[in-house]
Amino acid sequence: MVSDSAKAPQKSPEDELIEHLPAMRAFALSLTRNSAQADDLVQDTVVKAWTNFDKFQVGTNLRAWLFTILRNTFYSNRRKAKREVPDVDGVFAAGLAEKPSHDGRLQMNDFMRAFDKLPVEQREALLLVGASGFSYEEAAETCGVAIGTIKSRANRGRKALAELLHLRDDEELELTDRATMAVLSASGSSSV
Amino acid sequence: MGNPPKSKRDYQEIDENLRRVFDEVVNEGVPDRFADLLGKLKRGETPVKSSEGDE
Repeated sequence: MVSDSAKAPQKSPEDELIEHLPAMRAFALSLTRNSAQADDLVQDTVVKAWTNFDKFQVGTNLRAWLFTILRNTFYSNRRKAKREVPDVDGVFAAGLAEKPSHDGRLQMNDFMRAFDKLPVEQREALLLVGASGFSYEEAAETCGVAIGTIKSRANRGRKALAELLHLRDDEELELTDRATMAVLSASGSSSV
Repeated sequence: MGNPPKSKRDYQEIDENLRRVFDEVVNEGVPDRFADLLGKLKRGETPVKSSEGDE
């Protein structure tokens, strides 16, 4: 029933929180690369956020605020656990059905396997900027670094992914294949 | 000369794939434990944290 909500022009952050959970989970997965750890991380973040809502300025960017808490919790847990090698279960890749992108060039599983190999700084920059549509400015604020740092991390990540996936060779490979096929069919040769 | 810079095109493709993966995870929804958690928080119950807090 409508109580005082008619008066409130904005949802309270408590009510809005639930809308951000799926994105928080995606961010947590990109950091932990493990679904159980990701869900624990989101749970810790929710609890922390809940007890700190008095510090949140209503009307400012709740998603960025939540992502900042999530990220800080991740790094602080990691320091406490002193676990250098995370338990990677490749969930980002495993959870996805194998299907080619529209042009069939990139398999998503290959893509996510490559993503999981990137250093965490590049994964978070790419998740924020490339995937979830944060501006460089928002991402920089979330990570507590300069805008230029986020840009260079994102670009290093993109470059590494392109190299891991050999994207740059595609055009030449296609041409070579076509040329090879033409030669092969013309000569009737059956071996490479 | 007429070739577009490949790296730009590659990066766009990478961002498209990132968005696709992100959207898939987002569209999965969240496990039930989060509805339970929010319910507890709203009722003022303190849920067990999966790690120790600082304060």
